[in-house]
Amino acid sequence: MKRIFLWLTLLSVSVMSKAQETFPINGVRDIRSGLYAFTNATIVQNATSKIEKGTLLIKQGKIIAVGQNVAVPADAVVVDCSGKFIYPSFVDAYTNYGVGTNSRPAGGFNYGAPAQFVSNKPGAYNWNQSIKPETNAYEIFAADEAGASVYRANGFGTVFTHVKDGIARGTGAVVTLATHDTHQALIKTKAAAVYSFEKGSSTQSYPSSLMGSISLLRQTYIDAKWYQTKPATEGTNLSLDAFNATQSLPQIFAADDKWSTLRANRIGAEFGIQYILKGGDNGYQRIEELAKTKASFIIGIDFPVAMDVEDPNDARFVSLADMKHWELAPTNPAAFEKANIPFSISVSEMKDSKTFFANLRKAISAGLSEAKALDALTKTPATQIGVYDQVGSVETGKWANFIITTEPVFSSTSKIIENWVQGKKYVVNGSEWTNLSGKYKLTIVNAGVNTDYNLEVKKDLTASIINADTLSAKLSVNESFIKLSFPSKKGRGAEQIRLGGVIVGGNWNGVGTDALGNKTTWTATLVGQLAAAAEKKKDADSTKALAKITYPFLGFGNETIPNQETILIKNATVWTSEKEGVLQNTDVLVKGGKIAKVGKNLSDASAKLIDGTGKHLSAGIIDEHSHIAALSINEGGQSVTSEVRIGDNMNPEDINIYRQLSGGVTTSHILHGSANTIGGQTQLMKLRWGATDEGLKFAGADPFIKFALGENVKRTTSTNNNRFPDTRMGVEEVLNDAFDRAVDYQKAMKSNPNTRRDLELDALVEIMNKKRFITCHSYVQTEITYMMRVAEKYGFKVNTFTHILDGYKVADKMKEHGATASTFSDWFMYKTEVQDAIAYNASIMQKVGLNVCINSDDAEMARRLNQEAGKVVKYGGVSEQDAFNMVTINPAKALHVDDKVGSIKAGKDADLVLWSDNPLSIYAKSLYTIVDGVIYFDREKDAEVRKVVAAEKARLVQKMLGDKRAGAPTRPAMASLQTTLQCADHDDHDDLATIYENEKN
Amino acid sequence: MQKKYSTLFILSLALLCKVTSAQETIYPAGPQQGTTAIIHATVHVGNGTVLNDATVVFEKGKITQVGAGIAAPANATIVDGSGKQVYPGLILSNSYLGLKEVGSGVRGSNDLVEIGENNASIRSLVSYNTDSKIINVLRANGILLAHVAPEGELIDGQSSVVQLDAWNYEDAAYKSDIGQFIELPSFVVRQRGRGFVRQPQAADPMKEAFNKIETIKKFFTEAKAYLQEKNHASNNLKFEATRGLFEGKQKLFVRADEVKQILIAIDIAKAFGFKVVIVGGAESFQIASILAANSIPVILGAQHALPNTEDDDVDQPYKLPAQLTKAGVLVSISDMSENTKQRNLSFNAGTAATYGLSKEEALSAITLNSAKILGIDDVTGSIETGKDANIVISDGDILDMRGNQITKAFIQGRDVSLDNKQKQLYERYKFKYKIK
Repeated sequence: MKRIFLWLTLLSVSVMSKAQETFPINGVRDIRSGLYAFTNATIVQNATSKIEKGTLLIKQGKIIAVGQNVAVPADAVVVDCSGKFIYPSFVDAYTNYGVGTNSRPAGGFNYGAPAQFVSNKPGAYNWNQSIKPETNAYEIFAADEAGASVYRANGFGTVFTHVKDGIARGTGAVVTLATHDTHQALIKTKAAAVYSFEKGSSTQSYPSSLMGSISLLRQTYIDAKWYQTKPATEGTNLSLDAFNATQSLPQIFAADDKWSTLRANRIGAEFGIQYILKGGDNGYQRIEELAKTKASFIIGIDFPVAMDVEDPNDARFVSLADMKHWELAPTNPAAFEKANIPFSISVSEMKDSKTFFANLRKAISAGLSEAKALDALTKTPATQIGVYDQVGSVETGKWANFIITTEPVFSSTSKIIENWVQGKKYVVNGSEWTNLSGKYKLTIVNAGVNTDYNLEVKKDLTASIINADTLSAKLSVNESFIKLSFPSKKGRGAEQIRLGGVIVGGNWNGVGTDALGNKTTWTATLVGQLAAAAEKKKDADSTKALAKITYPFLGFGNETIPNQETILIKNATVWTSEKEGVLQNTDVLVKGGKIAKVGKNLSDASAKLIDGTGKHLSAGIIDEHSHIAALSINEGGQSVTSEVRIGDNMNPEDINIYRQLSGGVTTSHILHGSANTIGGQTQLMKLRWGATDEGLKFAGADPFIKFALGENVKRTTSTNNNRFPDTRMGVEEVLNDAFDRAVDYQKAMKSNPNTRRDLELDALVEIMNKKRFITCHSYVQTEITYMMRVAEKYGFKVNTFTHILDGYKVADKMKEHGATASTFSDWFMYKTEVQDAIAYNASIMQKVGLNVCINSDDAEMARRLNQEAGKVVKYGGVSEQDAFNMVTINPAKALHVDDKVGSIKAGKDADLVLWSDNPLSIYAKSLYTIVDGVIYFDREKDAEVRKVVAAEKARLVQKMLGDKRAGAPTRPAMASLQTTLQCADHDDHDDLATIYENEKN
Repeated sequence: MQKKYSTLFILSLALLCKVTSAQETIYPAGPQQGTTAIIHATVHVGNGTVLNDATVVFEKGKITQVGAGIAAPANATIVDGSGKQVYPGLILSNSYLGLKEVGSGVRGSNDLVEIGENNASIRSLVSYNTDSKIINVLRANGILLAHVAPEGELIDGQSSVVQLDAWNYEDAAYKSDIGQFIELPSFVVRQRGRGFVRQPQAADPMKEAFNKIETIKKFFTEAKAYLQEKNHASNNLKFEATRGLFEGKQKLFVRADEVKQILIAIDIAKAFGFKVVIVGGAESFQIASILAANSIPVILGAQHALPNTEDDDVDQPYKLPAQLTKAGVLVSISDMSENTKQRNLSFNAGTAATYGLSKEEALSAITLNSAKILGIDDVTGSIETGKDANIVISDGDILDMRGNQITKAFIQGRDVSLDNKQKQLYERYKFKYKIK
């Protein structure tokens, strides 16, 4: 088969090729016109135009005519396409065909490894190795038959190709999948520029996080614009030259999931670019958000294969979300269609390209219209990469890129027979040209004696001999060769009659051997057609209800995001966190997301009543130091990374949001980690379960930034650190140097309009101008003191010291400076710098007069912050109210949001918790957790949701098992990872059965 | 300059007078003198019983009388327990106390993890550092005994129970070499990370895991054969170290969280006739009935943990002790988090009491159950006649931070100091800031 295929391919190449005119010819010239006429075909020109009994005329690789009444020139080779279908061949707008495979991604930041600070690429290129806009795919593209044939087998004729490596990847080219001549195949050199969040093969330390990638790209846009002013200090920067030169092209952003495409779109919005967004294969989960981008998408259809869930112990670790995605993924293209989002379908990243048509049909049976499917494979991708004038439909003037199929292309039994690219024939399933199904008269001549058999051949080439007995026969076809064998009689051990020969139209003939091994000759003649097979019964599953989309897309998500309610909590013990203290038998009315009234005997006819008798109502807990709901926490690539923003990489689908709601948390301050002295910009968020990444953000809050001192920024656990600083002396100097640069920068920005805008220094200038505030990871008294002195020198204050376990030693200095302290209740001894940590720290600092908060830095402990505050009473005898304020109004003050949250007072946000017991007690459980007047956690409802989660999981397990029993392929049950990030964390925690505590900070 | 120096000197002298003892001068208590009687106290026996207005009498380190309406013997040192709660000394049933002082970043601090996959013969007791600054902190929270175990790759070595008020490890030894610890590999198939950082994948993690199980079984099989013969051409310390296991004098502590790991642990118990204890047990609720049927107890790893999967009940780890107890499994609550959290042992039990256990059951999970699992319930774990006077007195409910205030503790009748470095630093800075 392979050899013949190769031979045919070579034949077609030698017949059709026209060497470049500039090239010398070794031999006798052989110029041909390639004039072909395909007649009597059903020609689907595009999704809206179909020609029955049409003729397609091509010449020199182009379509010269198409229609019902096309005159066929005398010198045309006529190909009779009766009963066949012609479609434009498909276009893939996102591949790396013919430009080599990119090297393995370098991955994230290795905390222990020596750092590489600048690019190691020789030449006048960008400082960062992952910014490589100078890369041009067309310069290295070479046609590659092995690669092309895979695409062509699925009906593709043209692809956009680029070097899949880096954050700014340079330009991609559009090439056809004709492989005889790279010159012809390259139909557009610079078709689009491509970007991504992944640093790819870059060995440089920065960026080491998603938010670092985002910042780097943003800075690059700024730098490129600045570079247009030809700054003398920059010299020649070939990367920025290329970056600027490629801005007029279509801009493709290779994102990943739904959130990732939204992130990319925000970068585009900032710099006035409408990206074509590649990604969003789970876009159906947030289709409305994706529609708002107004972008055109490139999506994959690599739908997940069912997992083998036979072993319940393995299945247990597969999340309901992963199971639901398995069920719902095929609905994704239909969701895009329904939402009127333009999209193309790419095959390039399928793990098994042979599943392309099967998955396409799954998408169609899940609601994608065939017309839209065809558009998504032809017109839309061609338009995205700017070549619809050349390919993407069967129209005069375009390249002769088309496929010939046995049936309408999306029907389940259709086969691609040939795939013509630029007028060159590539055979895909040559034997399908002739439909062999039918009734044949088979005659075997053995020693002059004729024996006749009735042979029936079905479309799928299952064959049977029907005489006295019905014998099942084996028929196989290889191009025009045919093999047929069947047993001489019914029953076991019957000898086989074997025949081999060729197909000549409806007649087959050849030679064979009989059951005894005697030589025979044979013929088979088509004598009639088989009765049409009954329509296959519709898949029973497709009528069954599918999993529901929930917000967020997790087991504990809601089908609809819960609404704001008018709520009246009656007769509770109310912990106001105000000077009123704790009020007995008090009512609180919530309206429009705000606390409307606090008092006795309140009533409101429209309110949902909650009986607070014997219960305690408090303001929602505010965690000043948290690392949940973010995809990366540390940008560890440099010592100063004030440009990165946690808010750029929020993950609203972190189950810890819900878990913490169950512990009464309503506001969390998501901090950058402690990998470097000047870390990233933080994000204050409300725990609005089900909101989008943007919807989580606490609107109108002052911006903060994370600083860090001590062991982590010195990379103490590394045995070969080469990053400055390595001592506390160096840490102080990093601070001085950074603000020194910021002072100069601020001056320059005022005096010289051509000053390069620097995102890193912007943040520092904001700090100096009291527009941004610091929360500083710190432990020992030396560093606490010098941090304050550095701040004073540059005219600002350190807003908050976090961790601050040595705070009790310098509480007086901190008070004088005006800093808040946000600490743990009783952690100690987890590293050298906390050997003097004492559980009395919070109480001493409180008594000295500091604003003291108790924070978590731990996704688990955040659920018990009320009890952590309770320990401040135990250790040092702070009053219960003062202790509880350490997790409510004190952090609100620290975060400058005490006008909105942190206490129970009319007019403030209705962020409330109803506790079963005194909130400082180990026995206290949150019964209701309310954010903005919305009940996001209700313990009774939670009990119901648990049952739903279990039932839904059981249903999907059964469905996967059903698939497996029915013979569908499965993959091993994979544990769905839960990511728990902490300060100095750089890795996903793999451990599922144990909660892995990485280095604590 | 000279003057300044002398001022400093005087100041530091003043400081010394004010703060009378440093960590170094917190002395282990001497043997109990005479008779002590705690009177009018609420006594939580540790076995589920609560005695109101009760008396506890102890002498020569042993409890001689417990009950309501018992008069204190004449000449007894009286401890007035009016309004106070009396508990058995808490037992930290799994830890590396004294083996690793500083959590991270200090290689020199490691006396916990030895090199090599089989260290059956090493003994944690000999590197238990009684001068650890952590011990006094735990003692001040009512933890009077700790089970100290080495960690490793596969076969970790032997563990001991120590009492937390001692001059040196020989004094500290409460019951030596009570068990052997082994680790089991994970059987959960994982995919690469969802996040930004890509994880490398082991070539065939399942095969690797089964090889490790095979290594453990082979070791015990060969050890069993070895022990049949008294005379050997050359001694094998590792085989010798298994004698206690085969003779039933030691227990096999298996660190296992996953169901499959626990099933293998049960298999090992049956195959070699070992007394097996599951340590960790994060997923043990899945096979609680099997554990109960095989009488295999569990020392839980971390009460204050996140659920193992995102679909689990948000309070799954909190209710785990109740799930196991209801199924009939003997459960001890411990805390395998770093030393930093172990002082919260009683609150771990408090959480279990909030999520399904009764308060007295929760108390048992950090006292009598732990003693039973460690094989020391004949001498401790409850306040009963004949047992060691290991006793803690709290102002209020020891399980709740709102009540927990330890005012006195006795180890083997010795009135132990509740002072520690943290309290001393507290005093030092109260002095600085003139806080009352």
